[in-house]
Amino acid sequence: MNQLTLTLMKVAFLAVLWLFVIAAVGVIRADLWGSKAAAKALRSSKPAQPARQPKAAAPRSRRSEPTKLVITQGARAGTTLDLAGTEIVMGRGGNDVTLPLGDDYSSGRHARLFSQNGQWFVEDLGSTNGTFLGRAKVSRPEPVPVGVPIRIGKTVIELRK
Amino acid sequence: MSAISTNEAGIPVATRPRRSAQLGMLIFAMIITVAGFAQVGLARDGSLPAGMYGYGIGLGILAAGAYIVVARFAPYADPLLLPLAVFLNGIGLAMIYRLDLNTSADAKATIAAGKSYSYIGPSTTNQLEWTALGIIFFAVTLLVLRDIKIVQRYIYTIGALGLFFLALPGFLPSSISGAMGAKIWIRIGSMSIQPGEFSKLALVAFFAGYLVNKRQAMSTVGKEFGPIKLPRARDLGPILVIWAICLGVLALENDFGSAILFFGLFVSMLYIATERFEWVAIGLLLLAGACLVAPMIPHVAQRIDTWLDPKPYFDGGCKINGVIHNQMAQTCSAHGGQYIADSGQLMRGLFSMGQGGVLGTGMGQGEPWRTPLSYSDFIFTSFGEELGLTGLMVILLAYALIVQRGMKAAIATKDNFSKLFAGGVSFVFALQVFVIVGGVTRLIPLTGLTTPFLAQGGSSLLANWILIAILIRISDAARRPAPQPIQDEGMTQVVNTA
Repeated sequence: MNQLTLTLMKVAFLAVLWLFVIAAVGVIRADLWGSKAAAKALRSSKPAQPARQPKAAAPRSRRSEPTKLVITQGARAGTTLDLAGTEIVMGRGGNDVTLPLGDDYSSGRHARLFSQNGQWFVEDLGSTNGTFLGRAKVSRPEPVPVGVPIRIGKTVIELRK
Repeated sequence: MSAISTNEAGIPVATRPRRSAQLGMLIFAMIITVAGFAQVGLARDGSLPAGMYGYGIGLGILAAGAYIVVARFAPYADPLLLPLAVFLNGIGLAMIYRLDLNTSADAKATIAAGKSYSYIGPSTTNQLEWTALGIIFFAVTLLVLRDIKIVQRYIYTIGALGLFFLALPGFLPSSISGAMGAKIWIRIGSMSIQPGEFSKLALVAFFAGYLVNKRQAMSTVGKEFGPIKLPRARDLGPILVIWAICLGVLALENDFGSAILFFGLFVSMLYIATERFEWVAIGLLLLAGACLVAPMIPHVAQRIDTWLDPKPYFDGGCKINGVIHNQMAQTCSAHGGQYIADSGQLMRGLFSMGQGGVLGTGMGQGEPWRTPLSYSDFIFTSFGEELGLTGLMVILLAYALIVQRGMKAAIATKDNFSKLFAGGVSFVFALQVFVIVGGVTRLIPLTGLTTPFLAQGGSSLLANWILIAILIRISDAARRPAPQPIQDEGMTQVVNTA
């Protein structure tokens, strides 16, 4: 190996190192602003999306028992909670609440979810803005079918299987 | 459904899997590693080295395994964390291989000369084995921690274990735990573990879990001392006690690098949890106080003397009649002088970087092995010599990107515990790089901490791979899109009561 080749090799290696960093920054950039390829992929995959059929409230049976609580809208959207059979108190936040919603339109202790013989019920705890199951306001403990939205302020909660 | 959504703080968060970007970067990192090996061989012997295939394929298989685990179990994870870790691990392996070739050559010469030889030094095979174990730990962490909140349930247990393992080497006999002036190892047979590396993660988890419960009380309730508002003793007490125990233990073990790390961890996590700048101010004041007190400890005083002016201590500083001469410990006592310290390692590291200059000598063409521990504590100066400033900047940027991605995950996630955990872990990682790189470049006094992913050392590799797994898990949760409602019933009804 002559000196020139070695020097070229050295500089090439450093250039590749810097390319790696530039590529990494490029990935971050695409993460923030989106890349052309990703946008295209998203557009082509969009028509497939509405295939999601709304599931009607499932018949009440042992097998349709919900196992998960999912927040689908609101400040804490994306939060999931495994239902263990114990009571869940929902509210704005604080220590006496099982599931803090961080929602300004909810009361401190807003509503509770509890299960009886495998059926989950929602009960309003005297909230200011009320709790809605589907479109109906909850005034006494109501059974909660899987997939029906419970609305508390700006937050929407669903039970899932 | 948009690929980029904003979270409640208005920060854009990408919410789509980026497997191809991750795979691409991972392949790029592997190419760099193999190119590093190739360059070592071509420069030294004029041919592709034998080790390139074995070690390259070994690391490649491990990286592929890690990629499959991430793609399967954390598909929305940040696409850069894994490739950056593999990149650092890979070039570290190439540098250790390069140093290993030289020491092996030295060993052969010694054995040929008929002298007895015991081998302690760089070992590429050893490092690859630890990397394999590290990536297995990485995969197990990702599989076990399907949700980072599992950690939150056991914070007190984790905190206690962390403290126990941190303190353990201090109570074991020196034959098991001591080496190079510090008692921070546990040696079992030929294996040695540095439990402090793991305690670091455990204590971040504990602080995060504790502060997430107490942060509101800490930032609102408390006594005011002028402009500063201190939290109640019952809120602050427990962490203060644990933190004092940590620092006490580390002082007993003579491990000041870790002491700085734990101190920084404590201050930064309080700051992240309470969002009050007072904590940074208090931290800086305490640090200033420590700077005044620390020189009274002889071990620290030596480090500070050799940091301020290393020249008189090159290969041993010997004080005879108030003047410091360059003499080894034995000659020094023979002359009736007082042996102080040795800055040979620090200065050789500086020479090494000076030799490298801006572009470096090229992999395999310098002489970085002349610095003691050039494969572990001083691997940064080895890179300085062979890759120059240009290469060191890439390494530092790779670290900075890991920290940035960690902080980004902390900002993007909605869960408060994850926020604190990711923030703390990223900060500790950054501080560790600062302490060791600052030490070898003589920006701050030298203390022995490992250079994450580059330096040879099992515990450090394992702990850092676990750290990356934690960040990947948190970033996956942060970037996962919110579930779509099953029934779409129009707008939410909001009733506003004034």
